[in-house]
Amino acid sequence: MINLPIFPIVIPALAAIFLLFAPKQVRLQRGVALGALLVTFAVTVLLIFTVSQDGIMTVNLGNWPAPFGITLVSDMLSALLVATSTLLVFFIVWFATYYFSDAYESNYVYVAMLFLLVGVNGAFTTGDIFNLFVFFEVFLISSYVLIVLGGKGVQLRESIKYLLVNVIASALFVMAVALLYGTVGTLSLADLAQKIPLVENQSVITVIGVFFVIVFGLKGALVPLHYWLPGSYVVAPTPILAMFGALLTKVGVYSILRTYTLLFDGGSAFMQNFLIILAVLTIVIGMTGAIAYNDVKLIIIYNIMIAVGVILYGIALNTQTSLEGALYYLIHDMLIKAALFMLVGMMIGITKSGQLRDMGGLITRFPLFGWTFFIAALSLAGIPPLSGFFGKLLIVQGGVGEGSLFGPLLILLSSLFVLFSVIKIFLYGFWGEEKRVYDGPLVPYMNRLIVPTFLLVAVAVAYGFGAEAMHPFITQAIEPLVQPEIYIDAVIKE
Amino acid sequence: MEIFVSIIIGVLTMSAVYMILSKSLLRIIIGTGLLSHAAHLLVLTMGGLKTGAAPVLVDGVTEYTDPLPQALVLTAIVISFGVTAFFLVLAYRAYQELNTDNIEEMKGTESND
Repeated sequence: MINLPIFPIVIPALAAIFLLFAPKQVRLQRGVALGALLVTFAVTVLLIFTVSQDGIMTVNLGNWPAPFGITLVSDMLSALLVATSTLLVFFIVWFATYYFSDAYESNYVYVAMLFLLVGVNGAFTTGDIFNLFVFFEVFLISSYVLIVLGGKGVQLRESIKYLLVNVIASALFVMAVALLYGTVGTLSLADLAQKIPLVENQSVITVIGVFFVIVFGLKGALVPLHYWLPGSYVVAPTPILAMFGALLTKVGVYSILRTYTLLFDGGSAFMQNFLIILAVLTIVIGMTGAIAYNDVKLIIIYNIMIAVGVILYGIALNTQTSLEGALYYLIHDMLIKAALFMLVGMMIGITKSGQLRDMGGLITRFPLFGWTFFIAALSLAGIPPLSGFFGKLLIVQGGVGEGSLFGPLLILLSSLFVLFSVIKIFLYGFWGEEKRVYDGPLVPYMNRLIVPTFLLVAVAVAYGFGAEAMHPFITQAIEPLVQPEIYIDAVIKE
Repeated sequence: MEIFVSIIIGVLTMSAVYMILSKSLLRIIIGTGLLSHAAHLLVLTMGGLKTGAAPVLVDGVTEYTDPLPQALVLTAIVISFGVTAFFLVLAYRAYQELNTDNIEEMKGTESND
């Protein structure tokens, strides 16, 4: 099975193309989408075990030898992330089958979701920087479709801003790729990693590096490029919001991780300081937003920014420990953010309001729902032994190991803010008296909606308890980042 | 030739920024179009602009045009073409729905408490 890395991209794409022909068959849409996602997940699990035994797998598309053709590279990092995204999309689609109305479902929503997964999996797998741009566009165009579906005024208004920001980011991406190609003369990541140290004028490389950080930072919502995020995410329906919040920002973070460790970490300390400053600012702004709002969606959206900042801090330190922490935290955050968005979406669906002041007493009517939220909230804040803890621990250890105190302290402080913001939702939303009769559209479906949500939280909890079992995989994923030679040798076989 | 094209890229980017910073939605879309033109020209220029030479067709040629930027720019053009078309439709639909094409009136804060 030497072509294994390409299957997580091809299977959802084929399923999506098939579903394009039968938009009105809602049952068929659900069945095929869920079936394709299950098969894809099985393949990604197989991929993880193959990579863990045989090392990095590569596929040269069209049989053009690397570095001339496009290479798909599945190292442990991309295999883990591909598996996590596929599992997430499976749960989100499952959730969406109960959440959406039939009319909504017959408007290609599953097709767009599958294509989004194609783009995300492709971005995680590709070993070519222009191909990365293409896969970025694949998931961006799917996300445009998903964000405008429904066509309400407020949705269209925010879609315009989302689209504009991303169109500009795409143009900058093309420019950055062009500059890189003009300077180094190649586009394969492995070949670039080989040739960039040989470039005489390293300051040009730094400029290009900053260019890429801006492009990926716009996707990942780093301060000061975050302003589009709260507005455009808050208007999306819950399953779509869960998908965006869990996957899209993380692709930006992954791209920074890959390009920074492989291409732009040499030369000067400038890039490192630049990334650390961005990370710190992102955490601070995220904290401010998370405690300032009383809208449950916005609280969780600002928590995305805190997580992105924490992960970016781990990446910027670029040591074995901090990168392990960053990867741990990245996977944890993808799982738990999707679960939290689904949970707050259910709260809104029950009470017909996103404001905390209109909620209260939900736990007496829906005890399982309340406790699921409570566990998810603790896990997000990183209470041991839940999954958020280990990543943060390793990042903090990495920071202290580098002799820095401000960063680790800020991360610990941010945990308190996260805990405060989600416990606020729990106290006002679930505790206390019922404010009025809750007759939201989701009430009849609660018994079914809770199943995928509960299972997703269970996966996240298992990820925390199984941290020791995950450790060999995480270590193997970090190896090519700490020693780029492993990655280069795997792709360019002499 | 490269210098000349570089100046054109600069002028295009400048006009694009000016257009994107204006308030009318249609001007903004034209601005994004100009910006992607600038990006595409930059890709071509970065491969080196040579006149009168063919791409690599046989082994051992020394004088040739780099085929890779052409492949890249083709992909990028198709993508930006599709996105611009989508953007125009979205703008029209938003204009029908919101009765304005002024971005200033699209700030919207009611959902943000």
